Amino acid sequence: MPIALEIISPEKLLLARDVDMVVVPGTEGDIGVLPGHSKLVTSLRGGLVDIYEKGALTDRFFVSGGFAEITESRVAVLADEIVRQADLDPAKAAAALEAAKAAYDAVDPANGDAYREASDKLIAAQGMVDAIAPGKAEAA
Amino acid sequence: MPSLKTLRNRINSVKSTQKITSAMKMVAAAKLRRAQAQAEAARPYACRMGEMLAALAASEDGNPNASPLLVGNGKSQTHLLVAVTADRGLAGAFNANIAKAIRAKTKSLEAEGKTVKVFTLGRKGNDALRREMKDQIIGTKNFVGKKTAAFTDAEAVAQEIVRGFKAGEYDVVTLVFNHFHNVMSQKVTEQPLIPAAQPSANDNKMEHNYEVEPDDGSLLERLLPRNLAVQIYAALLDNSAGFYAAQMTAMDSATRNAGEMIKKLTLNYNRARQANITKELIEIISGAEAV
Repeated sequence: MPIALEIISPEKLLLARDVDMVVVPGTEGDIGVLPGHSKLVTSLRGGLVDIYEKGALTDRFFVSGGFAEITESRVAVLADEIVRQADLDPAKAAAALEAAKAAYDAVDPANGDAYREASDKLIAAQGMVDAIAPGKAEAA
Repeated sequence: MPSLKTLRNRINSVKSTQKITSAMKMVAAAKLRRAQAQAEAARPYACRMGEMLAALAASEDGNPNASPLLVGNGKSQTHLLVAVTADRGLAGAFNANIAKAIRAKTKSLEAEGKTVKVFTLGRKGNDALRREMKDQIIGTKNFVGKKTAAFTDAEAVAQEIVRGFKAGEYDVVTLVFNHFHNVMSQKVTEQPLIPAAQPSANDNKMEHNYEVEPDDGSLLERLLPRNLAVQIYAALLDNSAGFYAAQMTAMDSATRNAGEMIKKLTLNYNRARQANITKELIEIISGAEAV
């Protein structure tokens, strides 16, 4: 029994198809979703959405954060920025990480909202850099 | 009676105006199609976001610590009206309708003793309101030179609005925009942004059995500003589709009016021309008779 996956950005519906398993990067850790998963709403950190079909990893998308709604038969990933992993640009990712680091250092930790936003951005940028070479990041 | 030459010049000038208006109509029609497709493409996100929010909001019912973005901060003294208009004109009463709605709403709120502030999105709204309400306009943003509003624009506006709300500059936020009903009609619509529109009481209560990660409160804390951005983005797209539709209708009737005018002027021109010929003939004949 497949599970219906939807990857949606604010601008458009990027992908809608039936897959066997999805791994989404939740803020509290990666969540592997198989058909029949209990209903769950989670926020996402910047990271990779992995799509598995017939026991093999068939597609990986980088998302920069957002939300996922999971029901028994459906996964809806609502993300701000979605890029196919193969299309990620290492130079851009490195630049984004630099900028995010600088912003994170500049923000006052006492300013709750801004601090949370900056740390979210930093995690997303780090996620993007890691996503380009996932093997290396896990080994390190 | 105007001379033949002035009539000829008028006809030519109306003809070239007609060419411009009919070209504008075509351009507006093409852009309308694109704006509509964009609005259509953005719908799934807004739809899912709404569902998620409704489910979570239902669980926050009666929670005294619920996010003020969701339930309001308990006051309703200062209202912020966000006026969404186009950046360009030549679209009939499209922009004027928003300005009118803002004026009427301001008047009725002020009659209740409330304070009103205005945030204008789009150049024309600012142009129309800045003279009479210049102390009330707290911010303005336009997208002149951009093809279409991007989500990041809406996000920036949402952030600014949330910041002002948290700083206590206003208590209630309402979005006023032209809803694209169909090509012939755009309806001025008011949509509450803060507090977020409450789902009807017993709608989703039974359904909410989601597990939530990290937890209800902090998820809503992220979800609500995002939802605000989504609603503003949807309004911007609706606005641009409505604008092109209004422009198309306006240009269509301008083209038609120009056609009628040309017909009338041509009739006058021919009459004048024939009158001239008749006059010359009479002169010749009476001259011949006199000989």
